[in-house]
Amino acid sequence: MIGFCLPGRFEALAEPYAMMPPAPLNAWIHISTTNLVTIVIDKSEMGQGILTALCMIAAEELDCDWKTIRTEFAPAAKEYFNPAFGMQGTGGSSSVRSSWDPMRKAGASARLMLLQAAASEWRVDPSTCRTENGIIYHDASKRSTTYGNVAIPASKLPVPKEAKLKDPKQFRIIGKPTKRLDTPEKVDGRAQFGIDVRQGAMLYAVVARCPVFGGKVASFDATKAKAVPGVTNVVKISSGIAVIADNTWSAMQGRRALDVKWDEGPNANTSSESISKLFADQMSQPAAEARKEGDAATALTNAAQKIEAIYEAPYLAHATMEPLNATANVLPDRVDVWAPTQFQTVAQTMAAKVAGVKPENAFIHTTFLGGGFGRKAGADFVIEAVEISKASNRPVKVTWSREDDTQHDFYRPASYAKLSAGIGADGWPVAWTTRIACSSIMEAWFPGSTKNNLDPTSVEGIANLPYSIPNIQVDYVRTEPGIPVGFWRSVGASQNGFFSECFMDELAAAGKKDPYEFRRHLLDKAPRQLGVLELAAQKAGWDKPLPAGRYRGIAVLEAFQSFAAQVVEISVDRKARTVKVHRVVCAVDVGRVVNPINIVMQSESAVVYGLSSALYGEITIAEGRVTQTNFNNYPVLRADAMPKVEVHIVPSEEKPTGAGELSVPPVVPALCNAIFAATGKRIRRLPIRSEDLA
Amino acid sequence: MAIQFMVNGKPQSVDVPPNMPLLWVLRDTLGMTGTKFGCGMALCGACTVHIEGEATRSCITPISSVAGKKITTIEGISPDRSHPVQRAWIEVDVPQCGYCQSGQIMSAVALLAKNPKPNDTEIDEAMKGNICRCGTYQRIREAVHHAADLHKASATPSSLDGAGVTLDAQNERAIEAGGAA
Repeated sequence: MIGFCLPGRFEALAEPYAMMPPAPLNAWIHISTTNLVTIVIDKSEMGQGILTALCMIAAEELDCDWKTIRTEFAPAAKEYFNPAFGMQGTGGSSSVRSSWDPMRKAGASARLMLLQAAASEWRVDPSTCRTENGIIYHDASKRSTTYGNVAIPASKLPVPKEAKLKDPKQFRIIGKPTKRLDTPEKVDGRAQFGIDVRQGAMLYAVVARCPVFGGKVASFDATKAKAVPGVTNVVKISSGIAVIADNTWSAMQGRRALDVKWDEGPNANTSSESISKLFADQMSQPAAEARKEGDAATALTNAAQKIEAIYEAPYLAHATMEPLNATANVLPDRVDVWAPTQFQTVAQTMAAKVAGVKPENAFIHTTFLGGGFGRKAGADFVIEAVEISKASNRPVKVTWSREDDTQHDFYRPASYAKLSAGIGADGWPVAWTTRIACSSIMEAWFPGSTKNNLDPTSVEGIANLPYSIPNIQVDYVRTEPGIPVGFWRSVGASQNGFFSECFMDELAAAGKKDPYEFRRHLLDKAPRQLGVLELAAQKAGWDKPLPAGRYRGIAVLEAFQSFAAQVVEISVDRKARTVKVHRVVCAVDVGRVVNPINIVMQSESAVVYGLSSALYGEITIAEGRVTQTNFNNYPVLRADAMPKVEVHIVPSEEKPTGAGELSVPPVVPALCNAIFAATGKRIRRLPIRSEDLA
Repeated sequence: MAIQFMVNGKPQSVDVPPNMPLLWVLRDTLGMTGTKFGCGMALCGACTVHIEGEATRSCITPISSVAGKKITTIEGISPDRSHPVQRAWIEVDVPQCGYCQSGQIMSAVALLAKNPKPNDTEIDEAMKGNICRCGTYQRIREAVHHAADLHKASATPSSLDGAGVTLDAQNERAIEAGGAA
């Protein structure tokens, strides 16, 4: 197990570690007699840099030598529950926010135990000892010892009820630009992703799933599939027909040869057009109230000017670079699962249920995730691996093709919104209303979890509109077209940020005001939004003219308790109907920063993710199935379209919050607003189409 | 019938269907998982390896077509991450999830072997076949420039050669014989 879970990080140190199991001081910190500090990482590392951030937080309080740190991913267990979810999982940009206190306490408590163990050996008062860089000193007697020397006696001490935390002024690691610990193994092919797992005598499987959502297998004939060299078996499982082989390629070939008749179920006639119409019909239906301030209806009627717009956002696939996969080994009394999962305890519960063992006998081994973006919160791929292993009496790895991954996602919900605003004679808004129709993610994933038919994820990014507008009403009509939906990097803010910040731009234009000054004026009660807005505008040189042919747009949003503003600079070739994004200036406020390098990297990453969605992202439905298959018809941003991205961080002593999703939402409206500046045309439906650029 | 070829200087012989892509031979048959599966259609570049020094998408390369050829994978460009491209990737903090980076690095190594001092446009042109969903493109661009500088500053001209590992002369002869048979 250790060999698998600890894939060669600082492998020079791995040998003594393997021989000498480290002493656990608590659930997160183990120290070996050879002075190796193991930090147990209870969040999934999917690119967001959490592994390094958690080590920084713990090491700060532990006072250890940074060079002695190694990491392992946590098993599924109660002590690793994410308080943001009440289960073990990574998402919602909650990792630093939720681990800040526990990891600091774990570090401080372990340090105190080590110090107490040394003091007890020296028979001195612990308060006369100090620690520095993994060494405990008793200055009065000029004695010192390493953490490793006292790790075993320290691990036998009771965990202190309280351990004093550092004053942030003393921080020497937190806030310092720190290189990621997982980089070396990601440049030589050694990093173990789920798809890289190999178990003895393992078989390889792919699954044929009904192309229509909600459909099922009517009948199948495995004769031709079984005739493919390498194919060992074909079995029916809950999600479809599994083709099992002695290598992945043969399994894929076998699936191609498989004859399946599908019962396509009730969604066989669903299309993008029928879904859009379904949403449009909801605009006059009773709705759940997400926000109501003042009397928007009356204020709208009485306004000097009224503007109204329909906005639409499509379904989006996550398209993680690592397609979904999982490896399972079902034995009579236990099941082991190796998977790139974001939700360990969900995987554990489902694996145990399918394997028919007790939950405590389902062992989840989290690997690196080759991207997650919310998709790997699902347990569907884990369930498949367990079902197939159970049917095979062997370890089995199930691998999804890119086509499987694109066509059987839990999509960012398509959404339809009607926005109205009233503008006073002075050009300032007096009323804002929005009605949104889309699927509920929360009801799909956690049935019964929403109240009054209001899913907060469906309205986030617009219900929390930060502007000083006296009358605001935001309504939601839950509408279920039968397409599976899920958490997609930045969730509701991804589409609602587009709606709200583009419509704000429409208001600014209607009131004949500068889009930046307009927002700035209306953010008088939202200091953190104002802070990032002003920083982005200043760094972008909003007050200075642009070179000929360049245009810019601005947007600001709160997401996951963090704040971001961006200025996007573009040029449009109206003849060729193309847009080129030249520069994106980001300002972020994530409270106290743990690792500034990581905040910058995550902002760059989010900009690319958002731009991909705005420029190309669209999953369409025809005859109940997804039209797109692979990167040829679900394109994403490539190197030659990469703009210059600049990231500026607002210094803050507020509690730390997340950066992984924050900068996805603003880039979309900022880009669309820049296109309006260039063409005079509003983009109200994504992705941006060539006719929008004419 | 067994198909023979060289991987990172070592002779390999596999008995698999001739149309099985090199990617799956590397990953499933030989257990070399550094080369990644991303799309299966040469659209994303995650599976990039070098065949006789040329950056090639292994997911659409039938194993029969590499008989007798020299293949370099991410595992073979240096024994200790000392290749200028790997050093640059570490110094510039390129990887995030890291999944596409084997392919990115193999494309960058091949680019620099042909063009030791590429400009931004040349980098974009050479790298645009490699998708990164974490969006590390800006850092990749910077790291390729940095690798070019590192190479100029310290390394011998051959260190940017895709086949960074010296081939054992005897093995090479053996594989040539096998490949011809």
